[in-house]
Amino acid sequence: MFSDMLVKLWENGIIQRGIWETIYMTAISTFIAYVIGLPLGVILNVTDKEGIYPVYWINRILGLIVNFFRSIPFIILMVAMLPVAKFIVGVSLGNKAMIVMLVIAAAPYVARMVESSLKEVDAGVIEAAQSMGTGNMQIVWKVLLPEARPSLIIGAVISMVTILGYSAMAATIGGTGLGQIAVSYGHQRFNPDVTWTCVFLTVIIVQVIQELGTWIAHKTDRRIGTGRA
Amino acid sequence: MIELRHLGKTYKTADKEIVALEDIDLSVQDGEIFGIIGVSGAGKSTLVRCINLLEKPTAGQVLIDGEDITALDRKSLLSLRRSIGMIFQGFNLLEQRSVLRNVTFPLEVSGIKRAAARDRAMELLDLVGLKDRAGSYPSQLSGGQKQRVAIARALATGPKYLLCDEATSALDPNTTRSILDLLKRINKTMGVTIIVITHEMRVINQICDRVAVLDQSRIAEEGKVSDVFLNPQSEIAKELILPVGKKDYDIHGGRRVRLTFHSENSGKPLISEMVLECQAPVNILFAETKEIDGQPYGQMLIELPGDERDADRILSWLKNSPVEWKEE
Repeated sequence: MFSDMLVKLWENGIIQRGIWETIYMTAISTFIAYVIGLPLGVILNVTDKEGIYPVYWINRILGLIVNFFRSIPFIILMVAMLPVAKFIVGVSLGNKAMIVMLVIAAAPYVARMVESSLKEVDAGVIEAAQSMGTGNMQIVWKVLLPEARPSLIIGAVISMVTILGYSAMAATIGGTGLGQIAVSYGHQRFNPDVTWTCVFLTVIIVQVIQELGTWIAHKTDRRIGTGRA
Repeated sequence: MIELRHLGKTYKTADKEIVALEDIDLSVQDGEIFGIIGVSGAGKSTLVRCINLLEKPTAGQVLIDGEDITALDRKSLLSLRRSIGMIFQGFNLLEQRSVLRNVTFPLEVSGIKRAAARDRAMELLDLVGLKDRAGSYPSQLSGGQKQRVAIARALATGPKYLLCDEATSALDPNTTRSILDLLKRINKTMGVTIIVITHEMRVINQICDRVAVLDQSRIAEEGKVSDVFLNPQSEIAKELILPVGKKDYDIHGGRRVRLTFHSENSGKPLISEMVLECQAPVNILFAETKEIDGQPYGQMLIELPGDERDADRILSWLKNSPVEWKEE
């Protein structure tokens, strides 16, 4: 029923390791992408002309940079950024380089996600906070981010799934994970069942992330009567 | 005391200027409830936001207790805002915070210790009658309850002034009444000076001492509520008091008389007496009785009969009656 290759990959624990590597790469890249993208998203929101501290030039320049990176297809960005990876982590191949690529591609994406989540916060609530003498930093920490929390979590789920998709492409520069297994053992050695197994496992991982994230978002959203602490 | 002097606000867009406020002069005395009424677009929301500088005026001064706040630096402005509470039409509660933590919010922001903030918040929730809902979230409350939480929150820092921007416009008449009662109580017991922005005359009647009528960016009329209600001078005030469009009366085309009744005469069947004595019909276009400061006041707009002699008879009857009247 299964090809010898698939059985061998399973028995040697390669598929299991691939699952773990995919999850690990995705998680760590998402985390770093948020470390960079979250503050950028906040700055984009705050400095917007509708924001609490409009600064036209900061918003414009940052917006241009973000759009620049977002408009490059990942596979091209990856090749173009090889020297950058080499500069940051010392290598342009393998998992470390892959994380750099994923972060470069995902951080601008995350920034836009965060920006749009914060935009959903009711302007009236922000105005109320201002009327109480709340400073801008406090508005970010105590109003914008907490009020946008459910939307930020949903955004993080979408970002994570996107990063997981990117991570499969990183096989081209020697990244590991399910993408790499599908390409080198499945596609190149003519074992379609290996490819499909990787597809299936990826779908499962995406589903788990999606369901878990949505559940957390709903559970912590106080706008829903049932989600009481 | 809050004084606005020659206050103006003009918005500049790419191709034109929009005047929101022009040459506004007002003073609000400590301890009073001051109403600002106007139709939508009159500039009243902009006006109230100029008092805590959520909107920066483009002309004139805002004096609070004698100090021109338009000249304040950012830090002093933030601390000034803590002495002016504000509530809104949309309540604007933090949806992800419990009722208690909404009320402690302004205290947190001004650096009050957690335990002290909590005690103060519970005190205020007790005042607005929602002590038992401290752990609830805004989405679990009704509109009236949300506005009560907003009032508690606005009062948390012990402000001297409270600004109310259409605070009851999203509420039904009964809830409106109870919120207005609460505001009145706060004014009486805590001595908080209240400025009420509204488009509804009943709000003004129920709680305000004085009123300013705002029309097309300017103040059309200002005075004691009973004076403005009984004897409106400006067209806009007349329209606001008779809440049906002026056009509705114009179609009849006959001569119209506005009658005003107050406590001494509002209980008598004057119109019936008039019609019976004059033997002439009148057309009642509008009638309303309101309570201002606990006293009943009535307004009626009648159309005189087409026959000139009948009309004159009615007018001479009115001259000898205790009713105050004026031909429109």
